[in-house]
Amino acid sequence: MEIRIEQASLHWQQHCVFTDLNLTLPAGQWTSILGQSGVGKSSLLQLLCGIADDADIRGRIQCSDGLPLEGRVAWMAQQDLLLPWLSLRDNVLLAARLTQSRSASTEQRELALYLLQQVGLGERADALPAQLSGGQRQRVALARTLFQDKPLVCMDEPFSALDAINRLKLQDLAAELLADRTVLMITHDPLEALRLSNRILVLQGSPASLSAPLLPAGATPRPVSDPQVLQQQAQLLTLLAETVT
Amino acid sequence: MMRWLRPVIITLGLMLLWQLIVWLTDAPHFILPGPLRVLETLIAQFPLLMKHAGITLAEILLGLLLGTLLGLISALSLVTWGGLRRWLMPVLVVSQAIPVFALAPVLMLWLGYGMASKVAMATLIIYFPVTAACFDGLRQTPTGYLQLARTLGANRRAQLLQIRLPAALPAFGSGLRVAASVAPIGAVVGEWVGSSTGLGYLMLNANARMQVDLMFAALMVLAVMALALYFSVNLIARRLTPWLQESTSSTTRGDSQ
Ligand SMILES: Nc1ncnc2c1ncn2[C@@H]1O[C@H](COP(=O)(O)OP(=O)(O)OP(=O)(O)O)[C@@H](O)[C@H]1O
Ligand SMILES: [Mg+2]
Repeated sequence: MEIRIEQASLHWQQHCVFTDLNLTLPAGQWTSILGQSGVGKSSLLQLLCGIADDADIRGRIQCSDGLPLEGRVAWMAQQDLLLPWLSLRDNVLLAARLTQSRSASTEQRELALYLLQQVGLGERADALPAQLSGGQRQRVALARTLFQDKPLVCMDEPFSALDAINRLKLQDLAAELLADRTVLMITHDPLEALRLSNRILVLQGSPASLSAPLLPAGATPRPVSDPQVLQQQAQLLTLLAETVT
Repeated sequence: MMRWLRPVIITLGLMLLWQLIVWLTDAPHFILPGPLRVLETLIAQFPLLMKHAGITLAEILLGLLLGTLLGLISALSLVTWGGLRRWLMPVLVVSQAIPVFALAPVLMLWLGYGMASKVAMATLIIYFPVTAACFDGLRQTPTGYLQLARTLGANRRAQLLQIRLPAALPAFGSGLRVAASVAPIGAVVGEWVGSSTGLGYLMLNANARMQVDLMFAALMVLAVMALALYFSVNLIARRLTPWLQESTSSTTRGDSQ
């Protein structure tokens, strides 16, 4: 499912984050957005997920199938947003708990446990979030996002709290599990964007606008040693640095 | 070990201080009886004290139950219906300008000298603190939780029951603790204003007949009751929020380590 954002503008009170922004998320492709802190990346994601209540929003969001996008987006926020009173397993199952009147089915519980195992927390399924480190919490949040079976997946810096090794591992996991979904990922890490994405854009300026997309070739996830990845990383860093001036 | 020893030491210390004051001021026993004398009376009059204590306890517990339920229901309705909130909130705040104690005679007039008026006093005195605590708790749900719930497709009912209500439990717990500490005041004041049973009545009656030691014995029973009530409610409140860790919440829970 392709999603098009047309002529979108967003203001927080009087502060204008962006105006007349156009963004196309091609069906089944992984799009990444980079940009400096405070430029409006998270705001853009909230606009797409329909949860930017306090903001003044204009513009259209269109899906290729003509239906509204509402209810068809999975959102992984910049904070993990784990509910402190639920165990890890129940946090992953949250979508099922909130929408079904009956308790989660056996398949759902198995899927939740499987995902927790995949992010390396299978043994802690019954622990409470307060007992976890920041990176562990982020992994649970990733599992919760993967549990939702939505056509569009929006992730706000999903691997930011992880160490280099776990980061690569979870990038591979996400790439595998989200293989033919439409994904929008926000990141501060050019390497991460280059490993996973089909399209990379930079959000810059105030009010912010999107750069022309960078289109890395080849199948994802790309190996870190790929010369093309390394070369484009330099190119991206230059592009990002330009926005300072 | 120290955990259990400390209250005992504190109690003994207070008793000693009390006895010291009696010795130093040389007060006659009908003005300030010593702790031993009061203990003697306590044992001698135990059945009488327990009979009245039972009634006061029943009033306090009923008031606590009613006040908490009413407070919880009010808070829930206030957050659910915005229109209601705009009209009822000012009324609630203005109602706090009337001291509950000033209402005691009116309550006697309407509800009679029996238990009903005391239960009403206890209910009224805790209603506002419980409502305010629950209302604040329900309103201050982190926006991120609610945004997440919405992207997960939760309707308003699920958001209220599964996100806002659990998120408000710590606030509800502190409301309960306040309620447990003020409910006895409501019941006893009600008994002072007019009744023929209860510890408040017993104290007034003993005072009038110069049985100061009986008055003090009743006071002790009341204090023990209030303490026991507070600690049981504290325990319940902690059971409600098992995810709060000791280290972060021991100060807000009034918890002794
Ligand atoms: N809820 C809000 N209310 C008011 N202003 C907001 C709100 N959220 C964000 N802003 C403002 O909008 C601008 C963009 O914020 P946003 O969170 O989108 O940045 P970001 O690009 O995600 O930054 P970072 O990389 O640090 O997460 C900032 O100037 C911020 O102050
Ligand atoms: Mg952000």
